Amino acid sequence: MTDAAVHGHESSTGISNIKLGMWTFLGSECLLFGGLISTYMLYRGRVTGGPRPAQIFDIPFTSVSSFVLLMSSLTMVLAVSAAHKSEDKKTNLWLTVTALLGATFVGGQVYEFTAFYNEGLGFSTSLFGSSFYTLTGFHGVHVTVGIIMLMALVGIFKRSEVPGKKAEVVEMIGLYWHFVDIVWIIIFTLVYLIPV
Amino acid sequence: MTTDTTHKAAGTELAENHAETHGMSNAGYIRIAAILAAITALEVSTVYIDFGPFFLPALLIMMAVKFIMVVSYFMHLKFDNKIFSFMFYAGLILAVGVYAAFLATFKFFIQ
Amino acid sequence: MAIIERETEVTATGIDIATPTTTYGVLKRPVAATGWRAWVFTVDHKKLGLMYGATAMFFFIVGGVEALLIRLQLAAPNGKVLNADLYNQMFTMHATTMVFLFVMPMAAGFANYFIPLQIGARDVAFPRINALGFWLLLFGGIFINLSWFLGGAADGGWFMYAPNSGPVFSPTHGIDFWAFGLQIAGVASLTGSINLIVTVLNMRAPGMTLMKMPIFTWMMTVVQFLLLFAVPVITVALFLLSFQRNFGARFFDVAAGADPLLWQHLFWIFGHPEVYILVLPSFGIVSEVLPVFSRKPLFGYPFVVFSGAAIGFVGWGVWAHHMFASGLGPVSVAVFSLTTMAIAVPTGVKIINWTLTMWGGKLVFSTAMKFSIGLIVLFTVGGLSGVTHSVAPSDTQQTDTYYIVAHFHYVLFGGAVLGIFSGFYYWWPKMFGKMLSERLGNWNFWLMVIGMNLTFGPMHILGLQGQPRRMYQWTEARAGEGLFNFAFWNLVASIGSFVLAVGILLFLINVVITARNPTKSPLDPWNSRSLEWMTSNPPKEHNFDVIPTVHHLDEFFHRKYEEDPATHTMRQIATAEEVLAEQERNADKHIHMPSPSYWPIVLAGAVPIITFGMIFSHLIAVVGGVILLFASFGWALEPSTAPESDFENQAAHGTALDKVGH
Repeated sequence: MTDAAVHGHESSTGISNIKLGMWTFLGSECLLFGGLISTYMLYRGRVTGGPRPAQIFDIPFTSVSSFVLLMSSLTMVLAVSAAHKSEDKKTNLWLTVTALLGATFVGGQVYEFTAFYNEGLGFSTSLFGSSFYTLTGFHGVHVTVGIIMLMALVGIFKRSEVPGKKAEVVEMIGLYWHFVDIVWIIIFTLVYLIPV
Repeated sequence: MTTDTTHKAAGTELAENHAETHGMSNAGYIRIAAILAAITALEVSTVYIDFGPFFLPALLIMMAVKFIMVVSYFMHLKFDNKIFSFMFYAGLILAVGVYAAFLATFKFFIQ
Repeated sequence: MAIIERETEVTATGIDIATPTTTYGVLKRPVAATGWRAWVFTVDHKKLGLMYGATAMFFFIVGGVEALLIRLQLAAPNGKVLNADLYNQMFTMHATTMVFLFVMPMAAGFANYFIPLQIGARDVAFPRINALGFWLLLFGGIFINLSWFLGGAADGGWFMYAPNSGPVFSPTHGIDFWAFGLQIAGVASLTGSINLIVTVLNMRAPGMTLMKMPIFTWMMTVVQFLLLFAVPVITVALFLLSFQRNFGARFFDVAAGADPLLWQHLFWIFGHPEVYILVLPSFGIVSEVLPVFSRKPLFGYPFVVFSGAAIGFVGWGVWAHHMFASGLGPVSVAVFSLTTMAIAVPTGVKIINWTLTMWGGKLVFSTAMKFSIGLIVLFTVGGLSGVTHSVAPSDTQQTDTYYIVAHFHYVLFGGAVLGIFSGFYYWWPKMFGKMLSERLGNWNFWLMVIGMNLTFGPMHILGLQGQPRRMYQWTEARAGEGLFNFAFWNLVASIGSFVLAVGILLFLINVVITARNPTKSPLDPWNSRSLEWMTSNPPKEHNFDVIPTVHHLDEFFHRKYEEDPATHTMRQIATAEEVLAEQERNADKHIHMPSPSYWPIVLAGAVPIITFGMIFSHLIAVVGGVILLFASFGWALEPSTAPESDFENQAAHGTALDKVGH
């Protein structure tokens, strides 16, 4: 299989379709998360029953998991960098580490949700509960999808069956992963650090 | 939107530049990560140290700085073709503008 | 059709269609070139465009029948055709069907078919995603309409205002089907928009700068940006609604302190750009048709482009004018009132440009031209009543009356639908190689225009007289007296709706007659201007034998005509046939087209299974999820264009292969 097959004829802009497509998609995602964040901001103080945000947030714990996700961005960028140098082993290593860090973050989120639930914050408890779980849940699903893609990529790499340029595929998943990270940067500040 | 009329020759040149300037060395990435980690530590410290009237603006600025650093360096937007920046920032700025107006109609900012 | 690996017909020494023999994915690649498989597994943008069109036409008929039932119910006092519950479902589904399942897919069909042709490309940037989008739309549309048979359709109006759309007020599964179905159709719109934006930016023929792009492509590009940014907003709103209805979230529960305006804001932040999503494609079509039949270039092309972009941009700042009566507060109302008046300006610019395009031209009154002129006139009527809504005090009087119904049918039927019909008559020979009958077309046009004015014109009067929207009956006691009584004008509107229906029936008859007529259309029946006409009718699978190099706006016209330096008039230097023959002489020898794939339909098929499971049994959703994951892997492992080694007849020619897309 040739790279030319994937890249087609010279594009009008000299950039690849798939990368332009990915950035276009991320532009669109801004409005998705913007809507969820705005809904949360509108409703976070509306508690008619159950705990208020300040009563249940565990800032040290969330800080650690935020830090883990932030560092996964570093390992992801190292994977992309290795992929561009065609260092397959290193690429695989960093992709695996990124997936593990991501899994740690999602594990932390599962733990956090369980703890909140035990403290009386269910999905139906209050507007705060509904909007909090929806926002962070959507983010968690995005991270999970990212982990699946990373693991799939590692698996496929071993059988060296990646259609297209390997480095570009890694880069695309990297863009997605970093986007999920920057969404968390916003959520961490707006949801956890700024009190109602 | 003017950059995307680049002709073939310019396109190839761009692609070559792209390989060279493909962001930074690994050491550079680690430096960025260290700065990000430091800012995060500072953010968390606002919970424990009283920043007075600077609390909210400081947090928002730190959030924006982290955001832009990840986008510019880890996502290479700073080094890449401007069309990518256009696509992403168009979505981002539209989202911020529309949702800020949306929250304003609920008198969110004058609570 | 699999990969084309054959000499072009002119230089053919024997046609040589290669068959992929090995495969990366789980399934062997589909290779059928004919029969249903050639359609179901296709990734060809032209086939997908036609499939979008056929789907949209089907839903147009469904939505039309719903409209006729509504008009039958309202034709006389105390209507007995529908009961109140069924009437609610009928108007909800009429609007939903027309907006999401007719106009949007029809525009997507035109865009799919003509954007690659107009920019001189052989396919779109992501052919498989293109196929995925179509199947998602089809399945989403079917999913929404399944609710008719499973307990009743959605009944909250197409805007589905919360909390009225909560389970307390709408206990059937109708709204669940509606929300999930629109979610599926939304994914289709989103993938389609990404695909077409990348196509337009990246796959233009050499020399085609943005300001040399045909105007239809420009308007569709603006639409794709609107979709790109508006669809996620409705996605959020629909998720909130679904979570409330299915998982007990409190988003619209006023008892829990929820703000009922949350839904309205999210819906209209999407909903107002949506209005332009519906009408800009038709603006694009009209801007193609008018110059061709005026024998003049489009007047002020840059103004049309920039006013289109301006509409797209300002369209984001006017949403709350749909909510003037909801108690937003004076500041919000004043701000949105002003922005709404402002958005009339770029629309007015377009009307002026179209008028001046015709000014002094040699007008040819073909059916396509008549529909375009019809659009200018009737859309302007709708635009004027729209300006009366932008004045908030007057809008408060008009809100929820038939005056609003009159307004948006003038802009959507008079605007979007007439533009679409103009496109049918103009592009039919391009798509099918046969011309629709102009004689029947004339009847088609006049019956539609007279029918629509009879139907929607009286609604202005009914609305100003105070007939509310969405009331399933009106009574003699409240009908009033004199010239402006309900009884007379409701009857006129109902008669008009049947005149309109006959007009559309004539179109369908025209299609059938044309299909049976063996007469082929000429290569360039309208003396057209843009690139899509610089290929055979219908186009070959690879669109162009050689990718044209573009030097002008209206490239095809400039290949046929040049300016006489002495008289400064245009004189013909080549016929369309000669231009095409020139292309064929320089044909690329080997062209690799993207290969058909099973995965788009499999992946799309998994999604309604998941949503069905969300409503009825989570176990089914899990099964759908597994299929989705499986299909995603199959998709990811399959290169979109089958590699060299997949072919039995490996190309021994050794020349550079021109390949398309991802």
